Amino acid sequence: MQLEEEVEDKFELNISITNPEKVGEFHYISPFSTTLPMFRSKTFTVRRRFSDFLGLYEKLSDKHTPNGYIVPPPPEKSIMGMTKVKVGKEDNSSAEFVERRRAALERYLQRVVFHPSLLQDPDVREFLERDDMPRAHNTQALSGAGFLKMINRATDSLSKMTIKMNESDVWFEEKLQEVEAEDQQLRKLHIMVDSLVGHRKELSVNTGGFAKSVAMLGSSEDNTALSRALSQLAEVEDKMEQLHQEQAASDSFCFAELLADYIRLLGSVRASFDQRMKTWQRWQDAQNMLQKKRETEAKLLWANKPDKLQQAKDDITEWEAKVTQYERDFDRVSATVRKEVLRFEKEKACDFKKQIIKYLESLLQSQQQLIKYWEAFLPEAKAIA
Amino acid sequence: MLFDRPRAVNVDLQTDATLQVDISDALSERDKVKFTVHTKSTLPNFKQNEFSVVRQHEEFIWLHDSFVENEEYAGYIIPPAPPRPDFDASREKLQKLGEGEGSMTKEEFTKMKQELEAEYLAIFKKTVAMHEVFLCRVAAHPVLRKDMNFHVFLEYNQDLSVRGKNKREKMEDFFKNVVKSADGVLVAGVKDVDDFFEHEKTFLLEYHNRVKDASSKSDRMIRSHKNAADDINRIASTLYTLGTQDSTDVCKFFLKVSELFEKTRKIEARVAADEDLKLADLLKYYLRESQAAKDLLYRRGRALVDYENANKALDKARAKNKDVLQAETSQQVCCQKFEKISESAKQELIDFKTRRVAAFRKNLVELAELELKHAKGNLQLLQSCVGVLKGDT
Repeated sequence: MQLEEEVEDKFELNISITNPEKVGEFHYISPFSTTLPMFRSKTFTVRRRFSDFLGLYEKLSDKHTPNGYIVPPPPEKSIMGMTKVKVGKEDNSSAEFVERRRAALERYLQRVVFHPSLLQDPDVREFLERDDMPRAHNTQALSGAGFLKMINRATDSLSKMTIKMNESDVWFEEKLQEVEAEDQQLRKLHIMVDSLVGHRKELSVNTGGFAKSVAMLGSSEDNTALSRALSQLAEVEDKMEQLHQEQAASDSFCFAELLADYIRLLGSVRASFDQRMKTWQRWQDAQNMLQKKRETEAKLLWANKPDKLQQAKDDITEWEAKVTQYERDFDRVSATVRKEVLRFEKEKACDFKKQIIKYLESLLQSQQQLIKYWEAFLPEAKAIA
Repeated sequence: MLFDRPRAVNVDLQTDATLQVDISDALSERDKVKFTVHTKSTLPNFKQNEFSVVRQHEEFIWLHDSFVENEEYAGYIIPPAPPRPDFDASREKLQKLGEGEGSMTKEEFTKMKQELEAEYLAIFKKTVAMHEVFLCRVAAHPVLRKDMNFHVFLEYNQDLSVRGKNKREKMEDFFKNVVKSADGVLVAGVKDVDDFFEHEKTFLLEYHNRVKDASSKSDRMIRSHKNAADDINRIASTLYTLGTQDSTDVCKFFLKVSELFEKTRKIEARVAADEDLKLADLLKYYLRESQAAKDLLYRRGRALVDYENANKALDKARAKNKDVLQAETSQQVCCQKFEKISESAKQELIDFKTRRVAAFRKNLVELAELELKHAKGNLQLLQSCVGVLKGDT
């Protein structure tokens, strides 16, 4: 994953996460190489637990989300993921689940590292370099259900606020609507792709069953040429079983996972809009408070209580400063959100194109294999006499 | 509903000018299908050289059953009856679609409706083909084609007034079958002196079971294939919605991919349909024909048992010197019956093998050719789309 224009200095930072080994708990080894001067050495390897990744997210989110940054979220802890559709037999130790998690963590880390602001964060450096990480606690909140709850709470408060906010910049309102519409469609799409994965797996199993059945039929057929052709057909169907299986894996890893990533990311996008709302609210509250303090001062002047007057004036000064500060904060966060959203959209376009082309190429290869198998079978069928 | 006359799927038709039968048209009404049976013949027993009548499924069944019940035809493989036209599943789906109209977009509804209509049409074409194959098999059989009932079926342009079997008759059939299968076990147990028939018996029993298994497994496989194609259809629609939300690069990308999936899923659906026609239907047909062949063997076995019993009775009669003439006549009759059946059965079974090999060859070759055609089509679509998408980035 490479970002082009936005990055001033092109640098190299290749991260990959290899197979986990079970040492008490799953440990992930992330070997990577870099040309960035800020790192101690050019190539290094560290081991991390799954909870370490969650811990990293929590630290980054705490620091940067309030400023309007879109912090990439890690994959869920739970098996079910977000669609709550059980696709075949899956448990924590299944090879498929392990691979899926590994790939998701790799993409997560790559996204974090390619965010220009997050890369500068010392927590990220520590995560990449430090030999031994202290165990992260409080990652319960980031388990599947917890994470979704957090996002839902954010969007609830968001919807309550949109009614009240006097949006001076219509860009934000329109953008948020776009994000929400997109989120809806992506969720729908994800469910459908999951369904496709399920049906392809079923097709694979049923093709295998059929292959065996045809082999049996061939062995009881007493015409020699037909018998041979039927056993050849059984072989073709056997290969098709394998092909369908591989296809289902591609559907899942290339397509479904891409969608899952972006559903999670859109959650982070909405969180950043939410943060902007919060800063706006804080600014408004400060303005209201300032108004109250001014009213208090006016009342005291009228009631002629000079001893309390000084306090009132001090209060006004304090709140005037706060109003100025909070307005600046709001402007700053708005600018960040805007920049972040544009960066996100660029990255998303790039990502989708790359992944979907990869997926289509896998479909392409499937068809090429298919052609090979049937071309080999055709003469056998024609040889029946 | 008019349609194009489908090619006969399973049987090598001997284009015999003396008698050619086909189903030239079919109409689907509420719960029945009306087949237009068209005959061309140079035979003298028909009033005209070319004529058509309208027949329903029950009348085909009546004809089939009349063959089965005719003792003269005991030595032949009776062409299996076509299955009842079954549109229930399709109709149910159409109904559900109508009920769910409010909950989907206009495009989704139109799309699903078109799909279901295509499915209905496919089932319709299949049932016509199966009824036609039955008639062609009868017309091609040297003895059955001369059957009086068959000629009435072809020519009589009024309703045959063949009612479906009532409950009592259906019960009788059921018991007949129970007795037959118990009998069948009995008869199958009797070892045949004739090697040919002994081999055929063993072969057919095993073959029939394996065809049955292959048939059900092929159905399951094809159904999964259809389900996957349906999923791709829905994915294409959702990608389209995503693509129309804006006019950014990403949205254009989604639209192109959506278009691709629309096309590939049409091909996938065609693959499933062709597998259904060339593989599933073939297996289903030979399931029915192998059963008909087994029935023939059963009838011969029955005749053999009767013959052997008649022999025993004759020996007894001779020993007691009582009713000898009667026993002799009875034994003669049984002997003739058995020999007649054996002779024609042998030829029938050889023909069955020839037909079977030819049908499998034809269908497997066509299946492979179609699979290749579709895969190449798919490949081309994918290649050109990937080329375009890569060029854009």
